[in-house]
Amino acid sequence: MSLSGMRGLSVFISDVRNCRNKEQERLRVDKELGNIRTRFKNEKGLSPYEKKKYVWKMLYIYMLGYDVDFGHMEAVSLISAPKYPEKQVGYIVTSCLLNENHDFLRLAINAVRNDIIGRNETFQCLALTLVGNIGGREFAESLAPDVQKLLLSSSCRPLVRKKAALCLLRLFRKNSDVVNVDGWSDRMAQLLDERDLGVLTSSMSLFVALVSNNHTAYWSCLPKCVKILERLARNQDIPQEYTYYGIPSPWLQVKTMRALQYFPTVEDPTTRRALFEVLQRILMGTDVVKNVNKNNASHAVLFEALALVMHLDSEKEMMSQCVALLGKFIAVREPNIRYLGLENMTRMLMVTDVHEIIKRHQAQIITSLKDPDISIRRRSLDLLYGMCDVTNAKDIVEELLQYLATADFAMREELALKAAILAEKFAPDLSWYVDVILQLIDKAGDFVSDDIWFRVVQFVTNNEDLQPYAALKAREYLDKPAIHETMVKVSAYLLGEYSHLLARRPGCSPKEIFNLIHEKLPTVSTPTISILLTTYAKILMHSQPPDPELQNQIWAVYSKYESCIDAEIQQRAVEYFALSRKGEALMDILAEMPKFPERQSSLIKKAEDTDADTAELSAIKLRTQQQASNALVVTDQRPANGAGPQPSQLAMVMIPTTTTDTDHSSVEQDQALTQSNGTLTVVDPQPSGDILGDLLSPLDLEDSQSQSEHNVVPNDALALVEDQESSVKPIGDIAERFHALCLKDSGVLYEDPYVQIGIKAEWRNHQGRLVLFLGNKNTGPLDSVQAMVLPPSHLKVEVSLVPEIIPPRAQVQCPLEIVNIRPSRDVAVLDFSYKFGTVLVNNRLRLPAVLNKFFTPIQVSAEEFFPQWRALAGPPLKLQEVVRGVKPMSLGEMASLFNSLRLMVCPGLDPNAYNLVASTTFYSESTRGMLCLVRIETDPADRTQLRMTVASADPTLTFELKEFIKEHLVNIPTAVKPSPPPQQTQPLPSATSDPGALLAGLL
Amino acid sequence: MGIRFILMVNKQGQTRLAQYYEYLTLEERRALEGEIVRKCLARNEQQCSFVEHRNYKIVYRRYASLFFLVGVDNEENELAILEFIHLLVETMDRHFGNVCELDIMFHLEKAHFMLEEMVMNGCIVETSKANILAPIQLMDKAS
Repeated sequence: MSLSGMRGLSVFISDVRNCRNKEQERLRVDKELGNIRTRFKNEKGLSPYEKKKYVWKMLYIYMLGYDVDFGHMEAVSLISAPKYPEKQVGYIVTSCLLNENHDFLRLAINAVRNDIIGRNETFQCLALTLVGNIGGREFAESLAPDVQKLLLSSSCRPLVRKKAALCLLRLFRKNSDVVNVDGWSDRMAQLLDERDLGVLTSSMSLFVALVSNNHTAYWSCLPKCVKILERLARNQDIPQEYTYYGIPSPWLQVKTMRALQYFPTVEDPTTRRALFEVLQRILMGTDVVKNVNKNNASHAVLFEALALVMHLDSEKEMMSQCVALLGKFIAVREPNIRYLGLENMTRMLMVTDVHEIIKRHQAQIITSLKDPDISIRRRSLDLLYGMCDVTNAKDIVEELLQYLATADFAMREELALKAAILAEKFAPDLSWYVDVILQLIDKAGDFVSDDIWFRVVQFVTNNEDLQPYAALKAREYLDKPAIHETMVKVSAYLLGEYSHLLARRPGCSPKEIFNLIHEKLPTVSTPTISILLTTYAKILMHSQPPDPELQNQIWAVYSKYESCIDAEIQQRAVEYFALSRKGEALMDILAEMPKFPERQSSLIKKAEDTDADTAELSAIKLRTQQQASNALVVTDQRPANGAGPQPSQLAMVMIPTTTTDTDHSSVEQDQALTQSNGTLTVVDPQPSGDILGDLLSPLDLEDSQSQSEHNVVPNDALALVEDQESSVKPIGDIAERFHALCLKDSGVLYEDPYVQIGIKAEWRNHQGRLVLFLGNKNTGPLDSVQAMVLPPSHLKVEVSLVPEIIPPRAQVQCPLEIVNIRPSRDVAVLDFSYKFGTVLVNNRLRLPAVLNKFFTPIQVSAEEFFPQWRALAGPPLKLQEVVRGVKPMSLGEMASLFNSLRLMVCPGLDPNAYNLVASTTFYSESTRGMLCLVRIETDPADRTQLRMTVASADPTLTFELKEFIKEHLVNIPTAVKPSPPPQQTQPLPSATSDPGALLAGLL
Repeated sequence: MGIRFILMVNKQGQTRLAQYYEYLTLEERRALEGEIVRKCLARNEQQCSFVEHRNYKIVYRRYASLFFLVGVDNEENELAILEFIHLLVETMDRHFGNVCELDIMFHLEKAHFMLEEMVMNGCIVETSKANILAPIQLMDKAS
């Protein structure tokens, strides 16, 4: 147990090991350092053996993390020792303790050079290694020619030449002129003809550094690399010592393929063919085997081959194989392969147009976002970020938000930033954007920079339709007991500007809003107080007629801050106080903020400007550019009367949501196939508490080899790429899509292989604006496009013209203005037809301009509800019915169904916990705004039946509303009915025109 | 540049060997080793062998009580490094015969010699065990 007979060193190491704590260790180390220092002081008495021993001790102490600020000279001086053992220690310890800028190193240049040009090849090796590890510019200038000579010399043995190659690499990095000599590239090519695999391995590293710097000088080396790869792949002339678990040097294979990735392309057809043959063999021939090491080694080669194919395969000969392999990898249980699968998929986004195929794996990738391993979660996050676009933004961002709540601290900032960027870039509608950012502030306020909330304010200010919504949301968040200061800021700002739009709602009177905000004031910092003071002034301005009590409260706040030490707050307090006494003038001065000029998002700009050198980030940058260039051409069809689509102030992406991916089967299959995977990680099977036992036990080589079986079954399902080209069948269930759109305002109405019709609607009282997005999905134009709306009698619909031809990959917007005249459940129908080539397609689609779109939910208090409820006594104003055949759902589900129908559930009004009370305001030209009240009494014993009571001041409305709710409670609209052809030509103006209602009536 | 450092750390977190291929001050090393060791030792066998830390990717492998941690940059193939660790362990095994933590502790210089034959300037020099061990055997014979 001795260090080449250095007993003193062994004793010291044992001593340190036996120290019971860090303090004891420090004392022992200090004692030793003192000892070495004294011994070095009278160097004359020191034998080479002692010197060697002390220098090793220094290295050991340094490794333990203690500063060793002396003795460097002694280490360096050993380099000039005549005998090998001393010299070796000198070289090794010097290269560990010193760096290239160290003065002592210069002293050694001569000794090092003497060893390099000397005849002793072991000395040469030592010297070359030192220079290779820590040599600086001075070494480069004085030694480069000597090193080159050794590398190229035919009389020199491989053991010297392989070190010379890497030494030259170091010198090249210090001074790139060392290889700027005529004929160097020829010599490099010659080096690649080397038969010795040690020399070839080092030379390949040198070559990678050279081509990464400038590939143009090395075209002649390209075929040589392919030759090397062929030699390894075919296992020709590979000594046994260089095969690793039967695989010819995986490291050299990997390095060679890495070198090839620095060439933009392979032009020569013969070379290209040879290379693709090798790659094909690797891609096809890599099987999963039992032996962990063999498996890892072959997959190392496989992943490198994948990277090379992605880089070179501009003709997409092998790309589908790569995608299939990666799709398989991201679903396996073996964590290393999954990690690398995700990483390489992200890389793939950068190099080639496979976005659509990768999107099929979205569900699988999201699963990895919840993996217990943070490394895998990070890869998954990067991939999701890279693959996000308008069609999947909603899903992805919602996943990120959900994950944010549980994410580790280390990832939150990144998550928050990414979610904010995606929400802004790909928001299908603005209210969603507001939701996302507010949730983000709520869940991770610390990581939401001011930029982000400023941006929300800009959007809200510039979009009038958004203002009441945003104000309501802000009001909701203020109800939470503890909210982040950023939330206070944004809520206060929004409510100051727009809370008057909520005035009719309960809990939203100026006074209540003021109290709610003022509660937060004691907990916030100075800049936020300034915002609050402004908010108070605005609230005061909007409370008309003035409320003297509120006025006094706010004035009291202002006078309190009149003498505030912060100049900003003081000034605001004084000015607002004075202004608020001026009556009318206050109105003008504190009017709503003007719209913001359109500007680029600072967030996205930041993300784009970040000069990141990581492949991942540049992938994202590249994708952003691609998206900009591939974006659908939006032909803005403005109707003649000028009531065209309101230009979206901030150039948001306005394309509605998701194409439903109908092909989930592959993912599921993948999961099923990989259930029995073992793990490859090498671990001590019995965690042993016995330190000594561990120390003495062998490092368990055998164990690592006998790991469990790893059977990833090749999966063909992934190879199906195009399968939709037969007849023109709609994608997805039309009835289901319609039903979904009754509950939300944007989404896909219809899709087939050629066309996608999206909808985005905004409703305000009895009016609505509905924009149809007609998108041509193909590379050929759509002809004879016609879109006609057949409105029922209770709706006035103004349609703008649709162009006859939709160009390839273009999208046409077609806005409809809708006015509701009276309550009715009849449905407007869109008659849509087009020709693609010779195929004529005609569809009639129900438009989701249904009764509940003209509701504005309203929360009523008990004081408001009961008088109304009693006043509307009996039929026809109040109708009651027992409904059977109700879809079984929990009370919570029912409540959320009601809320999504815009019937606001008012909890606590009905004393019976099994009952539900909801209210809303219905708007039409004939009824104006009219309060509707609904009460549902459920039977806990039988959830398929309930009693429903509906009341409003208009008999038709009461009846229609009752029938409407019934349609949604009874299990008809989607499931039972086998997707009815959307209506006859003209919907009958009777109450029974809707098949759903008909059936519901029968029940 | 490839490999930035190689660490051997036991499961108590004590460094048994450290070799850096880029210069870091002692404080930087201490901080880096502390962070990495904390991160890697906390992981379990169901997790992958790669950990991202600052600009590094740590490829690590555990053998009984000893962790081998290799810090690489974006230019490296992770699985190739993972197997390179195994090659290193096999090489030590061939020399020491059933290598254990104590062998590495008390023959620090030999461990360094082997590493020096295998990696230079952050690149792999040699993967043939016979060639790696040849100089050490020569030395053993001489003494």
